[in-house]
Amino acid sequence: MKPKMKLSGFIAAGILAIGSTFSVQAADLSGKTVEWIIPFSETGGSAKWANFFAPLLSEALPGNPSVVVKFMPGAGSTKGANWFQEQKDGDGTLIFGSSGSTQFPYLLGDPRVRYEYKDWNPVMASGTGGVAYLNAEAGAKYDGSANNLKDMTFIYGNQGATRLDLVPALAWKMLGMNVEHVMGIKGRGDGRKMFESGEATIDYQTSSGYLKGSAELVEAGKAVPMMTWGSIDDAGNIVRDPTFPDMPTFKEVCEKTDGCETTGEQWEAWKAFFVAGFPSQKLAFLPAGTDKEIIDMYVTAFETIKSRDDFAEISAGRLGKYPMYVGKGAQTALGSATSVPSSAKDFVVGWLKDEFGVELK
Amino acid sequence: MDIFLEALPALGAAFSQILQPLPILYLAIGVVMGLCIGVFPGLGGIAGLSLLLPFMFGMDPVLGLSLMIGMVAVVPTSDTFASVLMGIPGSSASQATVLDGFPMAKNGQAARALSAAFASSLFGGLVGAMFLTVFILVARPVVLLFKSPELLMVSVFGLSMVGILAGRIALKGVVAAGLGLLIGTIGEGPFNGELRMSSYDFPYLTDGLKLVIVGLGIFALPEVVALLRRDKAISEKSNLGSGWLSGVGDWWKNKWLSARCSLIGVIVGVIPGLGGSVVDWIAYGHTVQSAKDKSKFGSGDVRGVIGPESSNNAKEGGGLVPTLLFGIPGSGSMAIFIGALALLGTGIDVGPSMLENHLDFTYSIVWLLALANVIGTVICICLASPISRLTNIRFALLAPFIFMIISFAAFQSGQDLMDLVALFAIGLLGIMMRRFDWSRPAFLIGFVLSTPVENYSNNATQIAGVKFRQGMEAGLTYIASPIVIILLIITVISVFIGLRQAKNILAEGEVPSGGKRAPITFLLAVIAFVAFALYNTASIPDYARVDRVFPVFVASVTLVSALILLAQSMWVSESHILFADRESSDEAKENIYSLWSTLAWFAMLLALTSLFGFIIALLVFLLNFMKIRAGLNWIATVAYSAAGIAFICLLAHLLKRDFPPGWLQSVVNLPWPLG
Repeated sequence: MKPKMKLSGFIAAGILAIGSTFSVQAADLSGKTVEWIIPFSETGGSAKWANFFAPLLSEALPGNPSVVVKFMPGAGSTKGANWFQEQKDGDGTLIFGSSGSTQFPYLLGDPRVRYEYKDWNPVMASGTGGVAYLNAEAGAKYDGSANNLKDMTFIYGNQGATRLDLVPALAWKMLGMNVEHVMGIKGRGDGRKMFESGEATIDYQTSSGYLKGSAELVEAGKAVPMMTWGSIDDAGNIVRDPTFPDMPTFKEVCEKTDGCETTGEQWEAWKAFFVAGFPSQKLAFLPAGTDKEIIDMYVTAFETIKSRDDFAEISAGRLGKYPMYVGKGAQTALGSATSVPSSAKDFVVGWLKDEFGVELK
Repeated sequence: MDIFLEALPALGAAFSQILQPLPILYLAIGVVMGLCIGVFPGLGGIAGLSLLLPFMFGMDPVLGLSLMIGMVAVVPTSDTFASVLMGIPGSSASQATVLDGFPMAKNGQAARALSAAFASSLFGGLVGAMFLTVFILVARPVVLLFKSPELLMVSVFGLSMVGILAGRIALKGVVAAGLGLLIGTIGEGPFNGELRMSSYDFPYLTDGLKLVIVGLGIFALPEVVALLRRDKAISEKSNLGSGWLSGVGDWWKNKWLSARCSLIGVIVGVIPGLGGSVVDWIAYGHTVQSAKDKSKFGSGDVRGVIGPESSNNAKEGGGLVPTLLFGIPGSGSMAIFIGALALLGTGIDVGPSMLENHLDFTYSIVWLLALANVIGTVICICLASPISRLTNIRFALLAPFIFMIISFAAFQSGQDLMDLVALFAIGLLGIMMRRFDWSRPAFLIGFVLSTPVENYSNNATQIAGVKFRQGMEAGLTYIASPIVIILLIITVISVFIGLRQAKNILAEGEVPSGGKRAPITFLLAVIAFVAFALYNTASIPDYARVDRVFPVFVASVTLVSALILLAQSMWVSESHILFADRESSDEAKENIYSLWSTLAWFAMLLALTSLFGFIIALLVFLLNFMKIRAGLNWIATVAYSAAGIAFICLLAHLLKRDFPPGWLQSVVNLPWPLG
């Protein structure tokens, strides 16, 4: 029995040591553990994003704390976000990563949302873009406008009406295209497989998904790129996506298509949800009530990461060639990601009800 | 043929990459870590991989890859320990192994069952790797043939395995499977997100129940409770150590069965969307159907171990195809694997380009997997005899630690105290199903296949609708493809054979009949739940009808079957097999403790956790259990409890996991691990 007693004593000492880390001296995290809460499972895109930054952050923070990614999945990320809302007075050992799937329920007034973005302190944001493409048959008819596509029926593998897929779905509807949404797809990879096997005839991927899998279909002549969602310039205008400068944006296609308008509530609604879902898709937050000193420490750390010599190279493969916003930039990104005019919100809620029977009670 | 000629140099390059001392060393380290994780039921590869992730950044790609693959590859090997020795499915890969492996352990043949299982695992892994080496070159078009109708038919074929596992009364098997399907539909509907049998006021159920919890609840908890009531060792025979050679001999005698099941494993593993969670059941079904003498299945037939174990390692190799070629992770651990590949900075992205540009790299992965299997199996066979001795320990000393680990594992799935409540509730259902001889395998197959069957049938219906509007021919080519027709024929044959033979196959041993009252009470409870499910899902409004169709259909069929059973039970005599009741068996006479007092211990752990958090509750539970129930002296009690707490803290610390908090933690801020 003796060895076991000894072991337990050792562990007890360890527990005390961990316990004592709770007294915090600001601006140095040496010997501490930073928990990065991701409100999704280990397998999603947010997990990859946090796993990418975690070792870099550990190097960049003063005192080189170990940075641990923890997963708290549930209710499409609202569970983790609600939990984070309860955490006050951060001591710099807790950060939270939100994604488009956290932003959308917030914007749509989902009944499960009990969190308030305005309370949190954004320190970093990064984004992505998206590309829609057609099968070869429809691609042959495509002339930069959707005019010739209106008499066709398309099939699309959709992950869920209130997910990021809302952005392509609304875009195609505005173009007057007849798209049948096949629901319950597990991920965009499955959607691409449906497209490749011929079950689906239209598809969209985020930029990295497009580069990894779909670009090859285009080369093989099985797919024709239709449009990107575009990118946002400093003045808030939609411009061509720097990753795909040769592809027209949805805005350009809409302008050329009869009956599609780039003004009015429908357009504003699409643009608002696009901005929330893509250019500032993923944000890192410190809890409400965190000291300015700690916030600054994190902003500096993320600045250090951003200015690493090899950052462009190592991030291109993981995150795509999109800007990373730090500090003030992250604040601006958050602003555009979470402020949607109520008319836009009402429009989308009504459209989801008509088109998909989704009721957000 | 060109394509194969091009593949040879790539294969050579792969071997020269991996057959170096350093990669093999890293692989071995990964294997040992994987074995340590896999031994604990319910943790599985995801926990292991996340343990490695922090070290991946900047690591040499080949070495990092070796480490990770070593870890992933052996989880389905080492989870066999829990399945055979404790009757607890270590992971979804070895659920079917429990059916014959655990009875063998009870008969004192644990080492034989284990070594037969490991030999089969090894063989399966190697067959899988060889098959993949060729198949991966032509896999892409083959995988693309599997559209929604084909995927639906594969799922239905999996469901048809219920036929052979239904037990002595087919209708009871149908109701059990129906229950599993219905419980699988709990939560948000896949189309409109309409809630089924749940409410936003009670958020836990809106996500549905997780496989870990249902698997542990339906198989593990009933076994642990049953063993604890007898208060003896798992195996009463003491000649355990011997027999590992005879296990390998058993495998050799059944090598063709093992080969067939390996191919089943790799082929089903290749099909994306099923996640391989039914592979072992299909292999088990095949084993039973193809055997001449079926009388021993369920009470310790070694073939019932060889079949599923041959398939589950082969499946891991098969699962690489959708993962590497399409970027669709075949399982949770594969999803992390993709992420980790990027962390390694190989510059290689999984997806279609893997084959054309990085064939050597792809082959390295396939054969590292095979090599890991070899190392892992050798270690496991060496460990089989000593670890088997666990079955000779008095069970009251093991049980609290098993409770501790399955509670911890269950909590990891949702990080919610409700995970433990769900485990307890499903466990109660499992206990009742075991007692009244309702097929638990049928229930689990239903649960696992609920989501795929619903999704693929919705998708197939919707797409077929569009195709038929384009023309009759387009529609027919879509739904009646050769694969669909072949699968349909196989399914019909399998159901037919299954039902004819099911009476002879006692998947969970023989259960005598007792009085009418208890079985009918349980049947009435089942009917009440199914009726509630029917009422609840039928009241989903019209705008969300797609979320309504499947559960309403399943509930109706289940309700009708259950009502027929009820009608039958009115006029057959008490001794009819319909009234099977384990409480009236000889086994029950050996029970020292009653069901409810045993269950109360687990309930106590649950109640204390909700008040004081897991660690404090566990401490109180262990001290009391060891002192009162196990009757140890104070020194031993304290030592055992301290060891348990230290162990679980170490595990949680390594895996960077939290413990369930309780009311106390919401009031005061306590340091880890208390808070």
